[in-house]
Amino acid sequence: MTGTTPPPDGRRLLASGLLLGAGLMGAVDEIVFHQLLHWHHFYDRASGAAGLVSDGLLHAATLSAVVAGLALLADLRRRRTFTPTRWWAAVLLGAGAFQLWDGVVDHKLLRVHQVRYGVDPTGYDVAWIAGAVVLLAAGALLMARARRRPVR
Amino acid sequence: MILLAGLLVAAGLYVAAGWHCRSPWPLARTASWLLGLACVGAGAALGGGHGDLRAHMAGHLLLGMLGPLLLVLAAPVTLALRALPVTGARRLARLLRTPVARWATDPLVAVPLNSAGLWVLYGTGLHTAAAHRPALAALVSLHVLVSGYLATAAVLGVDPAPHRRGVGARAAALAAGMAAHDVLAKLLYASPPAGTTHAEEGARLMYDGGTVVSLAVAAVLWRRWYVSRAAAREGAARPGTPVPARGRAGGRRGPVPRPGQRTGQATSRCGSSGATSRALR
Repeated sequence: MTGTTPPPDGRRLLASGLLLGAGLMGAVDEIVFHQLLHWHHFYDRASGAAGLVSDGLLHAATLSAVVAGLALLADLRRRRTFTPTRWWAAVLLGAGAFQLWDGVVDHKLLRVHQVRYGVDPTGYDVAWIAGAVVLLAAGALLMARARRRPVR
Repeated sequence: MILLAGLLVAAGLYVAAGWHCRSPWPLARTASWLLGLACVGAGAALGGGHGDLRAHMAGHLLLGMLGPLLLVLAAPVTLALRALPVTGARRLARLLRTPVARWATDPLVAVPLNSAGLWVLYGTGLHTAAAHRPALAALVSLHVLVSGYLATAAVLGVDPAPHRRGVGARAAALAAGMAAHDVLAKLLYASPPAGTTHAEEGARLMYDGGTVVSLAVAAVLWRRWYVSRAAAREGAARPGTPVPARGRAGGRRGPVPRPGQRTGQATSRCGSSGATSRALR
């Protein structure tokens, strides 16, 4: 598409990137830390009702977000209104936002589960949240670059 | 025995209706219907008032999730509208327009009702009570099947329904239902209903199986959205041709089915496919 991108497409691009970013981060968390490393537990029987609800919502929302994000992406590609830089920026922002939520709200405020058991979690928590900040910063930088450059 | 008879009748009616239609009815839909009925049969046999939570959950996954998904994909209401004589089809369409039917096929009602039924079953001791009362267990099974079907049908919107919600609302309803299912599975993992064995494996099965089937439903939902958008754009690109039913999958407000439009086709019982699709919109 030459020149102007209609606003709905821009919003769809952002939505696709944010959904996929957050969803994939959730899936990575689930697969690597729950299934492969067994650092996290399915349910540690220590978290309260709010934690359980938050965990269930997160699990359902991330998986649904991946499917929805992929469908929107397929539609963008088909209509040739896909701009890679903006999309990647949105993916990074979504991933960072998820990581930050997981690290601060789930692990610390609601105490759904900790990053790792049997060790002092402080270092892991710092790494978790720092990772989130790095992802968010990278996403913001990329987004600023995409804004500066004229849209294809 | 009643179950088997009911399944055979359902299979026979569907096959007969598909046969009866002059416009060919897709074989895949018939296969989906028969497979769905098989799932329902197996699920009902497994999932009754059971002490073994593993078998019970496997049964419920078949009866309340996988079976309904296959049945919904078979589009039985569409087939009925095509195969019934005009007066019957009109009566069915009128039935679909009643407030109760509108309510029951709204995802924001059907999905919460489906989840609430499960919470009542495991949260109130109904599950334990049903273990020794076959009639109660059969009622519970029937409820699981019907509410699972309504929820899946409301989310996917394969069959015509008045006032269909947008794809975003339906995807959100599905995700919310999935979350309720997950939370309930973890609660059962922590404190299983009285008198059940293999509760932890059962709860895990509920959690994992529910995730897989819900993901399949989401994939079907978005796939239908993707295809319907292509059809809508094609229609818009060629002015003069009617835009193919946006309401089918992606549209906001699917108009009411109106078999009255095909009074001209009263002589051919199934009508030409064009007339039928117009009637279904």
